[in-house]
Amino acid sequence: MNRISVVIAAALLCCQQLAWAQTLLIRNAEVHTMTAAGVQAQQDVLLRDGRIAAIGKGLEVSADAEVIEAAGKPLTPTLFAGITGLGLNEVAQVRSSVDSGVTQVGSPEMRPEFTVIPAFNPHSSLIPITRTEGFGFSLLGATAAGSIIGGQGRTVMLDGGYESFAGEPVLFVALGESASVLAGGSRAAQWMLLEQAVSESRSTPRAGDSTLLTREGRAALKQFLRAGTVVFSVNRASDIRQVLQFAERHGFKAVIEGGAEAWIVAAELATAEVPVLLDPLQNLPYNFDQLGARLDNAALLHAAGVTISFSGAGTHHARKQRQMAGVAVANGLDHGAALAALTTNPARIFGLPGGRIEVGAPANLVLWSGDPLEVSESADQVILGGKLQAMESRQTRLRDRYLVRDPKMPRAYLN
Amino acid sequence: MHSHLGVYPSPGVEAHSDGNELTSPVTANIWAEHSIWTQDPGFARALAGGVTSLLVLPGSGNLFGGRGVTLKNVYSTSYQDMKFPGAPHGLKMACGENPKRVYGQRNQSPSTRMGNVALYRAEWIAAQDYMAQWERYQAKADKGDEEAVAPVRDLKLETLAGVLRGEIIIHMHCYRADEMMTILALAEEFNYRIGTFHHAVEAYKIADELAENQVCGALWADWWGFKMEAYDGIQENIALVDRPENSCAIVHSDSPEGIQRLNQEAAKAMGKGNRAGLDIAPEHAIRWITQNAARSLGIDDVTGTLAPGKMADVVVWSGDPLSVYSKADLVFIDGALMYDRADPGLQPVSDFELGQLQGVVR
Repeated sequence: MNRISVVIAAALLCCQQLAWAQTLLIRNAEVHTMTAAGVQAQQDVLLRDGRIAAIGKGLEVSADAEVIEAAGKPLTPTLFAGITGLGLNEVAQVRSSVDSGVTQVGSPEMRPEFTVIPAFNPHSSLIPITRTEGFGFSLLGATAAGSIIGGQGRTVMLDGGYESFAGEPVLFVALGESASVLAGGSRAAQWMLLEQAVSESRSTPRAGDSTLLTREGRAALKQFLRAGTVVFSVNRASDIRQVLQFAERHGFKAVIEGGAEAWIVAAELATAEVPVLLDPLQNLPYNFDQLGARLDNAALLHAAGVTISFSGAGTHHARKQRQMAGVAVANGLDHGAALAALTTNPARIFGLPGGRIEVGAPANLVLWSGDPLEVSESADQVILGGKLQAMESRQTRLRDRYLVRDPKMPRAYLN
Repeated sequence: MHSHLGVYPSPGVEAHSDGNELTSPVTANIWAEHSIWTQDPGFARALAGGVTSLLVLPGSGNLFGGRGVTLKNVYSTSYQDMKFPGAPHGLKMACGENPKRVYGQRNQSPSTRMGNVALYRAEWIAAQDYMAQWERYQAKADKGDEEAVAPVRDLKLETLAGVLRGEIIIHMHCYRADEMMTILALAEEFNYRIGTFHHAVEAYKIADELAENQVCGALWADWWGFKMEAYDGIQENIALVDRPENSCAIVHSDSPEGIQRLNQEAAKAMGKGNRAGLDIAPEHAIRWITQNAARSLGIDDVTGTLAPGKMADVVVWSGDPLSVYSKADLVFIDGALMYDRADPGLQPVSDFELGQLQGVVR
């Protein structure tokens, strides 16, 4: 049995014993705190009742505490999976298994009251598949399908709970070239429609008025006008500037998703304190909105003082966020800043506790086989709410079934 | 392996959508090279990722998609100048969901997987007949028969006959293990060879059969789930396909992003394989993006390893090529330095990107 298998076996053993344990000690880890304390070597981290109870060298624990030997390996907060349809989508092209967007359901056309939350299924195979790679939370997105307003999503913890939502609801708006078809063919009409929707939300239409919103839609949009978080999916620099002005005009907290050309308006984003969720792998002009796409977008934004996080790997490949962060580092972003972009930054942007390793923070942690941003390394153990998570998914079960050579029975019997 | 650069270039506007001739499920007569837009910015990005040669294929909407082309990654006005000298032609074929979806929606054949297979067989029968006609003609002509009349050329059947004669390599888009087994049986029935199964997210289920039949698997490290036939994808696919003796596992990309980071894809596959106890050394994993790819394209006698006499297609890396932090510093193609990370003068810019965003300070 090789070294890794020993670790896994030990972890699984722990897991069965420890599923409900109240106290857990991680001994001798390289702790990436994501706080001013930076990276601390050879630390013990004590977890109690779902929270981090103590951090230090040579912590004493009672006899009933279970201990995980980290052997100097990196320990980080669990990572952010980006904006996804985890628990909403099973197979992308099997339309009936996809619940992340609503096409037009009658009139009127805009449905900001649509929220993906009731569709969330914590038992989706994608959740353990993503969690076992070190991801602890994701922002459930509402895909713009019927209009440029996609609807509402919310952050979810990937702990398999039915109600593991955190933070405030978030509204999704798609803009620019890719959303052109949803707004009559001109991006100028996107602003015309958004302004009309905002206006409607502030007044009651008269009978016979042609409206974009239902009564519920008006109420929903109005909620966001009171400093609600709105994620704008947008890439072109000039469109990003329009977003900044729109958000300021109406009191939204804007977040840019995509932002291929965000580096061009980095100073304005920093001044407006508008964060960017970007894809650091995006360096091609996939359309005319992304002519300025470049690999050091993350590094340039960070240097300008913009809060960054990552998104764009999609639902099934959310685990690719880690590689995206690594590529950002390869292109000039500081390693600590890249890790912050996967942990504390998204927690702060979307109003969640945690994303840091400090006393009192939720015990959502990952113990890694090596550098968490290195593609050949993996998560050895994921801990959510202080509980060891089984490092098992439908994919590891398939792997184990086909690792066996020359089985005596059909593989359908290898369970 | 498996690129659509030039045929689905950036920007991906409708006018550039030249990769799938979706007018018939059998388009063995088309050639991907005739769609290539040589100014695709993606070629430059792939070069910066250390790609010296690539196989550009038509899409997978048709059962017989058409001929692929192997290129050297050197910008030119014409694809003719980019062609890899002496590389055999390839034929793109497709299994499964795509052809049956495209034509089934039109209420045409094929609309099922069994419809797919019936059409493959009908075409191979026609190709056998076509080949026999030409052989009869050639035999007569060789005997000096001046009355011998050459059959009318048929571009579709010419391609298929090329496969039957072993001159054209099959690149078969196929996800499910059961379908790949069906295709292997068809190859036996009509006496041709499958060169490589592409995508093949279930190849790990038939790794031994692939190695026995000397069929390569051009695979993703971790891409899965976007359609039903990709639902069983696992991250150990490449490592498991690599496991048997005489195997031929290849890391492929299929995207203008992935082709820039084949080294990272190989590193991911190696890492997961090692965690599963498969004991893969880095110097072995690198073959998935070099030697095995060259074997699949039929060019391993001239490239794919660093050996005296081979083409000087060489990448100098800034560090361990299997690290996310490493980059290609220098890229040589046929001995010529075509990319230097330290020298902007040796970093190609396609016509499309030249002069864009004027006034923006970079």
